[in-house]
Amino acid sequence: MAVIAEPRQIDLREPKGWRRTSNRIATVLMVTSFILVIIPLGFVLFTVIAKGASVISWSFLTGQPIPPNVLPAGVGGMWPAVLGTIEITALAAVIAVPLGILGAVYLNEYGGRGPLGALIGFMSDVMTGVPSIVMGLFIFSIWVLHFGYSGLAGALALGCLMLPVVIRSSYEMLRLVPNSLREGSYALGATKSRVTVTVVLPAAIGGIVSGALLAVARAAGETAPLLFTILTVTYANPNVFSGPNTSLPSQIFSNATQPYTGAQARGWGAALTLIAICFILMIAARIVTARFTRYSR
Amino acid sequence: MSTVAQADPAAPAGSAHPLEQRRPLGDRGFQILALASGLLVLVILVLIAVSTTQQASSWFSTEGWKIFTNNWNPPANQFGALAFIYGTAVTAIIALIMAVPVSVGIALLLTEVVPYRWSRPIVYVIDLLAVVPSVVWGLWGILVFAPWIQHIYAHIANVVNGVWVLGPLFGPPTSGASFFTAGIILAFMITPIVTSLSREVIATVPAIDKEGAYALGATRLEMIRGAVWPHSQGGIVGAVLLGLGRAMGETIAVALVIGSSAVITSHLFAPGYNMPAVIANEFGEASGEFRAALMGLGVLLFVFTIIVNIIARGIVERSARRKRGA
Repeated sequence: MAVIAEPRQIDLREPKGWRRTSNRIATVLMVTSFILVIIPLGFVLFTVIAKGASVISWSFLTGQPIPPNVLPAGVGGMWPAVLGTIEITALAAVIAVPLGILGAVYLNEYGGRGPLGALIGFMSDVMTGVPSIVMGLFIFSIWVLHFGYSGLAGALALGCLMLPVVIRSSYEMLRLVPNSLREGSYALGATKSRVTVTVVLPAAIGGIVSGALLAVARAAGETAPLLFTILTVTYANPNVFSGPNTSLPSQIFSNATQPYTGAQARGWGAALTLIAICFILMIAARIVTARFTRYSR
Repeated sequence: MSTVAQADPAAPAGSAHPLEQRRPLGDRGFQILALASGLLVLVILVLIAVSTTQQASSWFSTEGWKIFTNNWNPPANQFGALAFIYGTAVTAIIALIMAVPVSVGIALLLTEVVPYRWSRPIVYVIDLLAVVPSVVWGLWGILVFAPWIQHIYAHIANVVNGVWVLGPLFGPPTSGASFFTAGIILAFMITPIVTSLSREVIATVPAIDKEGAYALGATRLEMIRGAVWPHSQGGIVGAVLLGLGRAMGETIAVALVIGSSAVITSHLFAPGYNMPAVIANEFGEASGEFRAALMGLGVLLFVFTIIVNIIARGIVERSARRKRGA
């Protein structure tokens, strides 16, 4: 560092010349990068809403069966796909959310500091990176080959995708619960399971529910794990435990490659319905976060 | 003296046993339940590897190292998968080249430029990007984006045709559904994850370092280069690798916009194929050796993404630990 030999006036004004210019360029580039992201997002949402809104009606949402691709929009409806998405996603949540929360309880309350806990925590983070199509192949080889296509198989694949996400988000929330709460309960003579269930989990429940809702929102939009586990049928199948089923994402995928305008229109309608479901879940997560979160970073 | 007299009268009955043994059954049961749920993660990962490899074993055993040749011809029972591996690499690299500067730019914008009350809406918008389902990106990509960008490709191809390096890369043939379109769509899809991880990493830079840089008269750019960058370099590399893992495994959007043509070509505007897309498009109708080959592609994809993710998580975790220690 240079030593200032003689006292002189310190220049507090803005830097001049190239230093100022380069700084401005950097700021402009950062703002530009954000705009670059907004533009496609805006385009996608605008297109889906513009093209989907003209198709969506009460009979589109509740009518069935899904008509053959050559028929124009306005015939039949998407009810089989709507029903399939709701029942498969709900079943996946019922399977994965409790297991994920229990896994997070293990990581934070029991074995988290030991080598096994560290390994499980690390591998659960790694598991979030397993491609969704691989989960589909996995459930195909261990379930569908033996028990056939069903909504349950799809729910298992979605559950495998949700599990590490729920573990991670619940773990982050459990970590925020102050230790004094646990110590106070132990001092009253409560067992560890009782402390966890009646004190720690209720304290963190807002964040846990909101994380789980976000995981469900991501899973509801997944197509790849469902392709080889539920197939894509055109009739409603209320029995989630047996027989092929369908879902909104699968229906969009098969309609997107059709040359018929009727099929494409149904694709846009299904896309708007799917986005609406995902956004509702995301907004619900925000509301839960805002109202029920007691401890946050 | 009898042993009875030696016992501490203040101790409650049964205190000779360690506390562990007095735990009620339910308490133990809960611990075992929690442990089992944790172990489930490891069990699933092992099962994925074992079951898919088992289904693909005939492909690996009959083709051997020939699985890495460029010779994909299902009717003739030839399943060399190099074209798909090439396509996966090309689309992922295109996606990273576009998404990484943008993501780091947004992360810096959020942490260093805008005030807190503006950063929350920006985060919401980025989260919105993450919630748009893959298949909706694909639907938009094939019906709206590809027909539109086709004209731009054709124009660029006319200009650079025959030019050294640029010609083979961006010259004709061109198509709306191509490697490059898939790369662009992937870039949109991996931006949220790279942004949020980079932001987390950059947020751990100590305020005292930044203030020190400002106190020395640094501009914001100089502060970022001198104080933020050295601290967050490693973590950002990890974030980029996680983005790479996502880009390699993303399926449905790519399956719709990549053009479905198993070729190895330097022409980025030409239709191509990659591993997840071929599985998604072909697995339904495949049987026998064909099905085993597609299952094998799934195994390769699983191995590649797991390796990338383990390296990435390792880097992220190590840099986070170093921050906490410092």
